[in-house]
Amino acid sequence: MTIPSLAAPLSEGSEGAVEPITATVTAADAGGYFPLMWLLIALPVIGAVVLLIGGRRTNRWGHLLATVLPIGSFVVACLLLVQMMGAPVDERLVTLHLWDWTFAGMFEAPFALRLDQLSMVFVMLITGVGSLIHVYSIGYMAHDPDRRKFFAYLNLFVAAMLLLVLADNYLLLYVGWEGVGLASYLLIGFWQQRDTAAVAAKKAFVMNRVGDVGLSVAIMLMFITFGSVTFDQVFEAAPQAGDTALTLIGLTLLLAAVGKSAQFPLQAWLLDAMEGPTPVSALIHAATMVTAGVYLIVRSNAIFDLSTTAVTFVLAVGIVTMLAGAVIACAKDDIKKSLAGSTMSQIGYMFVAAGLGPAGYVFAIFHLLMHGMFKADLFLSAGSVIHGMKDEQDMRFYGALRKVMIVTMVAFFAGFLGISGIPPFDSFFSKDEIIKAAMGTNIFAGIAALAAAGITAFYMTRMLAMTFFGEKRWKEGTEPHESPAVMTVPMLLLSVGALFGGVFFLYVADIEVWLEPITGYQPTEPAIPEPWLGILTLVIVAVGILLAWRQYAMRTVPQQPPQQVSVLTVAARNSLYDDAFNEAVFMRPGQYLTRWLVWFDNRAVDGAVRGLASKIDGFGEGLRKIQNGFARSYALSMVGGAVLVGAVFVVARWF
Amino acid sequence: MDPSAYVILSAVLFSLGGLGVLLRRNAIVVFMSVELMLNAANLAFVSFARMHGNLDGQVIAFFVMIVAAAEVVVGLAIIMTIFRTRRSVSVDEPHLLRN
Amino acid sequence: MGILTILGLVPLIGSLVVAVAGTPPTRAKQIAVVFAAATLAIAGYAITQFDTAASEPFQLVESYEWIPSLGLSYSVGVDGLALVLVFLATLLVPLVIIAGWNDVEDTAQLPTSEGQPVGEVRGYFALVLLLETMMIGVFISLDVFLFYFLFEAILIPVYFMIGRYGTGRRTYAAVKFLIYSLVGGLVMLAALAMLWFVSADALGAPSLYLPDLLDVDIDPTLQNLMFWGFFLAFAIKAPLWPVHTWLPDAAGSATPGTAVLLIGVLDKIGTYGMLRLCLPLFPEASQTFAPVIIAVSVIGIFYGALAAIGQTDMKRLFGYVSLSHFGFITLGIFVFTTQGQIGSGLYMLGHGLSTALLFMVAGYLIARRKSANIEDYGGVVKPAPVLAGMFLIAGLTALALPGLSTFVSEFLVLLGAFARYPWVAAGATIGIVFAALYVLLLYQRTMTGPETDQVKGMKDLNGRERWVLAPIIALVVFLGFYPAPVLNILSPAIDNTMQWTGTTDPPTELTPAAEGSPS
Repeated sequence: MTIPSLAAPLSEGSEGAVEPITATVTAADAGGYFPLMWLLIALPVIGAVVLLIGGRRTNRWGHLLATVLPIGSFVVACLLLVQMMGAPVDERLVTLHLWDWTFAGMFEAPFALRLDQLSMVFVMLITGVGSLIHVYSIGYMAHDPDRRKFFAYLNLFVAAMLLLVLADNYLLLYVGWEGVGLASYLLIGFWQQRDTAAVAAKKAFVMNRVGDVGLSVAIMLMFITFGSVTFDQVFEAAPQAGDTALTLIGLTLLLAAVGKSAQFPLQAWLLDAMEGPTPVSALIHAATMVTAGVYLIVRSNAIFDLSTTAVTFVLAVGIVTMLAGAVIACAKDDIKKSLAGSTMSQIGYMFVAAGLGPAGYVFAIFHLLMHGMFKADLFLSAGSVIHGMKDEQDMRFYGALRKVMIVTMVAFFAGFLGISGIPPFDSFFSKDEIIKAAMGTNIFAGIAALAAAGITAFYMTRMLAMTFFGEKRWKEGTEPHESPAVMTVPMLLLSVGALFGGVFFLYVADIEVWLEPITGYQPTEPAIPEPWLGILTLVIVAVGILLAWRQYAMRTVPQQPPQQVSVLTVAARNSLYDDAFNEAVFMRPGQYLTRWLVWFDNRAVDGAVRGLASKIDGFGEGLRKIQNGFARSYALSMVGGAVLVGAVFVVARWF
Repeated sequence: MDPSAYVILSAVLFSLGGLGVLLRRNAIVVFMSVELMLNAANLAFVSFARMHGNLDGQVIAFFVMIVAAAEVVVGLAIIMTIFRTRRSVSVDEPHLLRN
Repeated sequence: MGILTILGLVPLIGSLVVAVAGTPPTRAKQIAVVFAAATLAIAGYAITQFDTAASEPFQLVESYEWIPSLGLSYSVGVDGLALVLVFLATLLVPLVIIAGWNDVEDTAQLPTSEGQPVGEVRGYFALVLLLETMMIGVFISLDVFLFYFLFEAILIPVYFMIGRYGTGRRTYAAVKFLIYSLVGGLVMLAALAMLWFVSADALGAPSLYLPDLLDVDIDPTLQNLMFWGFFLAFAIKAPLWPVHTWLPDAAGSATPGTAVLLIGVLDKIGTYGMLRLCLPLFPEASQTFAPVIIAVSVIGIFYGALAAIGQTDMKRLFGYVSLSHFGFITLGIFVFTTQGQIGSGLYMLGHGLSTALLFMVAGYLIARRKSANIEDYGGVVKPAPVLAGMFLIAGLTALALPGLSTFVSEFLVLLGAFARYPWVAAGATIGIVFAALYVLLLYQRTMTGPETDQVKGMKDLNGRERWVLAPIIALVVFLGFYPAPVLNILSPAIDNTMQWTGTTDPPTELTPAAEGSPS
């Protein structure tokens, strides 16, 4: 295992420009475990297929099988990781061509996998966190009659997500992209008998489809520009493409990412997506799927590096969502919705980082990894609370749970430390790096990121205080209890990640060195000298924590949300009116349009045809009158006809 | 002698016959007018046969005569039946074709 | 007698046998299944005899004189496109028979606007097999007159299948379908007559044998006239906006099995005819009018999707969904790119399978609740989870979910369109959002939510019903991940069409990065 020192590759890259790796190694050449990388996807697929086709027969052991298989993928992933770390840097990009998939004329998209440093990170996150959440779900879903289906969908999700990050071309990525969308749809709407769940699921899928339009168009643009949609060929040819093409590709990819990652302006579905079971919120709507947008942008860095416009849009989207999500998280009383707002905000951070270009890509991924751990931990802890509180999600009916759910509180607290940026835990490193990089590249982004750090600390403290501290505000008949070990152990394992992942990945695993061959890395000097910036960040975080503590732990929290509040709070409670906007601008006009169209089709289009038919009918009716039954009038018309024919002949002869 | 005179005569006879069919109401008279038209056609056939110097027209004239005879038989029979049922031989009476 | 003739004759014989020996009803059904399965087996054998590397465009050709003085012949043969559609037809017929085992009896319990009772069971299955013969015949004919003859003759069984065995305003729907189709057929006949005279002029003796006609250079003005003659007939058959209004009525009134065959296979004759006859015979005219047709197609895509969202009757909704999908197919045909046309070819297959799923599942649902009204359902997932699951899968094939064969085709169509008309294709891509809406709204309204009293106690799918759907689903998924067999069969056919029309794919801005230099 040779990890080169930090200085070596950086000195070679002139001004941080990305040097895409062109030397790809086929899995067969690489040998070892690489030819087996298809197993990563195949294992969970088997689970999903067996459980869905097997039906009730698998009820007894289905969930166990479905848990073992992702763990199997995780083992394969570990073996691959070890082998990849042992390989020299320029032999770490391995491709595995499985079969010819879609081709027509010059277009070609093989079913091929590509494992490199970036996808490796994701594979570890997906299989690792995924496996833990499978284990946790055994406990969480124990009493659900449809547990088997739940696990089948979870396996389907893991498979699709792995395909998404392992695809070696954009079209195959699209399959994973919509595959996770489908799994997300199925899982949000898992409790289908609830109308709200069904509506939320549909909303998520449709809004994701808006983003998918972007991905479709991006792929088509790539084809007419580069003649290929394979990562290698696109990235290699990117510098020769025209500015317009690159900008358009960048913007359409951004649209796709915005849809999948619930960023502004396609963010409205994520809060509703919390209708799904909590493990789903943890895995799909926090740790993995919603970060696919970040993956897409970082993966396509060769294109974004070449288009200032596109990258600026990424930054703008990131800043808006980072702040909006944080504000929403502060006002929601539903613990999961508050966490969902936080997810939006944290992904906004990642978009900001990705929007900074080579200075930020590695930290976008770093923060993504950290977020995957601490947010999954937070959601699982929240799930444990909900489980213990008889499915109550309103934090105004929580309080003082530290006494009865000590393990859950420890895990939640670990997540709190991880997200809030308190040294020396996860976000302290990842978020600080983003703030530093932002300060060095774009001062507005830096200030916004600083502000968001303060708000993050505020809403996390609010959640912590309202749930575990203060007075009891439980509804009658609620008897909170600690969750079983099958749930708490995964929580605790994730807590360890939430606490120490940052140190590990930044200082032990050297993530920026690991990712540099794929994403490029160009450190920047922040506008404010580094130690001062660090201190400033800490001060802002501390202020956030103290304000929230004073408000929600020192004072009593009313069970009814107070009504005399600022305009901003009201707006935040309504998720900044995104639903109202969508309803007014898209839904209502759409309903009128479809209604009008149905009318138009019946009356105008079909009516024209029917009108023609009745005209012909009337014409025939008229003709009928000529048939009067008088033989002599028939004879007259015969003679007339004969004379006419004769006349025509005569006239024709003249001319 | 110029055979075209016969053709003109034939046309005159044909027109007279046609007018008879159209203007007269008595079925018997109509019938006679039809015969007149047929014979006008016969005259034309024979004249053309003469003009072209072959026998085709004369042969067809014989055919026409036979057809005319057959037609008279059927036609008179129909007129008889109509007269028996309706006591009239006006061609305008039985506009039964309609109903 | 060649394999294709046998393929066409077997169902015809079956139809006669069913008509003669088809009492009691169960025996009619059994005989029908046997003959349909035999036809499928023969079709499978024909596919193995097909050589994708062959140089001649048409294979398995048989040609006999029919009316030599008029230059008409009985000529059959297939290229990849025809083969794929023959496969679709022969696959769906046995499945439709099994799925529609009780269609006639079930339909008899549904309300009709007329007092007349539903026809005999054996008649229905005899008509299905007769229809199969004619569908196969249309796809394999190489003589344009034979094509026309069957194109028109096919109306007869369909007319009776809708008018005699349908529900609701079935006579109205059947007559509307018939008149629409006849108008198209009439215009086509005129164009056919022109083509006959043109061929007599150009070839010395009249001939309507397609490979002969391909060499004929036709005067552009005549081309334009004849193109519209043929195209109008195909546009009505397909159907395209705005001559589509027979489709929702027919879909709403037909039994599920009839609807599958009508929309899933029969309507493909329209799009097949465009690719097989319009483009190769009238290449200049096709290109002249391509923009008009593309515009109509794109309107159809959105019009169908939006109208589908507003429907209250499930089967009519699927009719409008098909209108939207036919827009995609014609879009792919008339952009004159390899991707677009191969995509259209695959789309025809995928749409056939998708339509089959939609109507079959809807048929099961309607047979249980005795209503096609969306409002009469809600929360079906509780009493009948498998039915609901199949319904969702059917819906997903309609919205072209990646991993299903419809996605590959839809993407190729859009890609092919994008290469020539980027803005049009980008606009059409927005159609996928509406596709998600009409499918998921329907699913939400009928399947999810609290279980309503009306669906309480609804029986889930039985074994027969499940096993009919299973092969279709398996095929859709298989072709979604491994469409190569179909793409390989279609490629030579489309290459030939591109060559006959004298079009080539537009170049990309840069050559593929393997060369790494700007073009």
